[in-house]
Amino acid sequence: MIRLDAITRVFRMGDQEVRALNGINLDIASGEYVSIMGPSGSGKSTLLNVIGLLDRPDGGRYELDGADVTDLSENDRARVRREKIGFVFQSFHLVPRLTAAENIELPLILEGVAPVERKSRVEAALDAFDLKDRARHRPSELSGGQRQRVAIARATILRPTALLADEPTGNLDHRIGAEVMALLEGLHHAGTTLIIVTHDRELGARAHRHIAMRDGEIVGDET
Amino acid sequence: MNLRDTLTLSFSTVASYRTRSLLIVLAMALGVAAVVVLTALGDGARRYVVGQFSSLGTNLVIVLPGRAETSGGFPGAALGQTPRDLTLEDARFVGQLPQVRRYAPLNVGVAELAGGGRLREVTVLGSNAELLPIRHMKLSQGSFLARGSERSAQIVLGSQLAREFFPDGRAVGQRVRLGDSRFLVSGVLAPQGESMGFNSDEIAIIPIDYAQELFNTESLFRILVEAKSRNAIEPAKAAISHVLTLRHDGEEDVTVITQDAVLATFDRILRALTLGVAGIAAVSLAVAGILVMNVMLVAVAQRTTEIGLLKAIGAPAADIRRLFFAEALWLSLAGGALGFALGHAGSYFIRLAYPALPAWPPAWASVAGVATALFTGVVASLLPASRAAKLDPVLALSGK
Repeated sequence: MIRLDAITRVFRMGDQEVRALNGINLDIASGEYVSIMGPSGSGKSTLLNVIGLLDRPDGGRYELDGADVTDLSENDRARVRREKIGFVFQSFHLVPRLTAAENIELPLILEGVAPVERKSRVEAALDAFDLKDRARHRPSELSGGQRQRVAIARATILRPTALLADEPTGNLDHRIGAEVMALLEGLHHAGTTLIIVTHDRELGARAHRHIAMRDGEIVGDET
Repeated sequence: MNLRDTLTLSFSTVASYRTRSLLIVLAMALGVAAVVVLTALGDGARRYVVGQFSSLGTNLVIVLPGRAETSGGFPGAALGQTPRDLTLEDARFVGQLPQVRRYAPLNVGVAELAGGGRLREVTVLGSNAELLPIRHMKLSQGSFLARGSERSAQIVLGSQLAREFFPDGRAVGQRVRLGDSRFLVSGVLAPQGESMGFNSDEIAIIPIDYAQELFNTESLFRILVEAKSRNAIEPAKAAISHVLTLRHDGEEDVTVITQDAVLATFDRILRALTLGVAGIAAVSLAVAGILVMNVMLVAVAQRTTEIGLLKAIGAPAADIRRLFFAEALWLSLAGGALGFALGHAGSYFIRLAYPALPAWPPAWASVAGVATALFTGVVASLLPASRAAKLDPVLALSGK
């Protein structure tokens, strides 16, 4: 579970301070399906980055699964990201040199899983995400939907507790986007906390809890 | 991430940027090859010179009549004669010294050689059986002057002479006339060519007693002495000086020289020269190192989002640093290995083209060349690797 307490994040642009996050208080229970919506610059992506331990808040307290993770060292943050967080990006962020299977394998390599086990887990993931016949293809040889499926398979291969998706369908057409959403929602049904940042009202409405942001503050929180 | 995965992953990265990697490897390889080939040339020249000296004989001490003065010139030059002759008796005494393995007295002169219906002037050496081993000469036919039979009238011909006088190749056993005496050809020297300005293919060698009779002299031109070992050279030199001074009524009127001193000087000069060219070649390795650094920096900039992604999926900074470090290691390893091969191939072709030059790259140069390549590559990767490791994942992912 995620507990944010008076989280602030300040960016400096020239001599001006921009409060991207201005005293955010937010609790998200395990297994929730949350959408974060708001206009550009409202701080929703920054919030996601803070939750995903990619970004470090300037003030406040962040508790993840009962442990204070606000002041963890860089190495510990990397470990927590690896073990508990899965990221899905708008632009997929696959490594272009590696095949689909190798991209999915990356977190297992970082985790130090033995090669034999890696192989079987990647097989299973390829199966689960219907990518079996695309395993040896490079990202450039995959369609947008396939790329995002590879990215989701990579994000979930270490079975994270929370899946953070930043505009996961932003680069996909409507039909493929719906397929990807169905996939993500399937993972939510299996117990993963799912947090989606999006512009798309229709997409946001599918979540069970809707958080609205403006100017670094939460202005709406409905279930 | 464990070591094996780091190495595999970085290797596949290096392999996937084919052109870029090949160019760096080539730059590295040329640097290493330059070190190997240039040191092979330098060391080959050194070996060539040392070899030329050694062909005169090893552990050689040469005794000359007369004392070389730094001023006033050769004492004998003014009088037309040295104060005291160096005699065969002197040579025998020298031969008795414990530091001496063998000795060969030497007389040199010119005489008319006639045989097989031909006649020409030749340079004649008078000596004994020990001349052959001392001067490292080889025979192609027959035998050398027989040991202990200085009184028998044998002659050994240089290969060129033997060919001229006996074109059919059957020189051994033939009789020739030298001056007024008749000699039996006992052997023919193997062709050796010119060494230190002295062509042993056009000489004739006869026993010392005959030579002294022929040239009507009691005095020796030289005594060639071989010391028992390298360490015995200096003691031998001192002992020879001492015994000859005693025999010459306390007057030090002979000059004893060793080729070792000359050889050592040449050796030192050429070693320094080899080091010098190796140093110049090493500069090209440093340039290759800078190239590696530049390319790695570009790679970090190119792969910013990839580095951001690795951080997002939980790669600690140390893993990312090691990945870039390993890439540089692969590049310089490949460059070093290719350079080693190129350098040795180059040296081989030099040896093919100039068989006289023993252009073998010294082991230290090969090792130092490859080691410098690895070192510069790894050092050059430190900055790019730490820059990659320090990237802020949020900015990196947004492509900024």
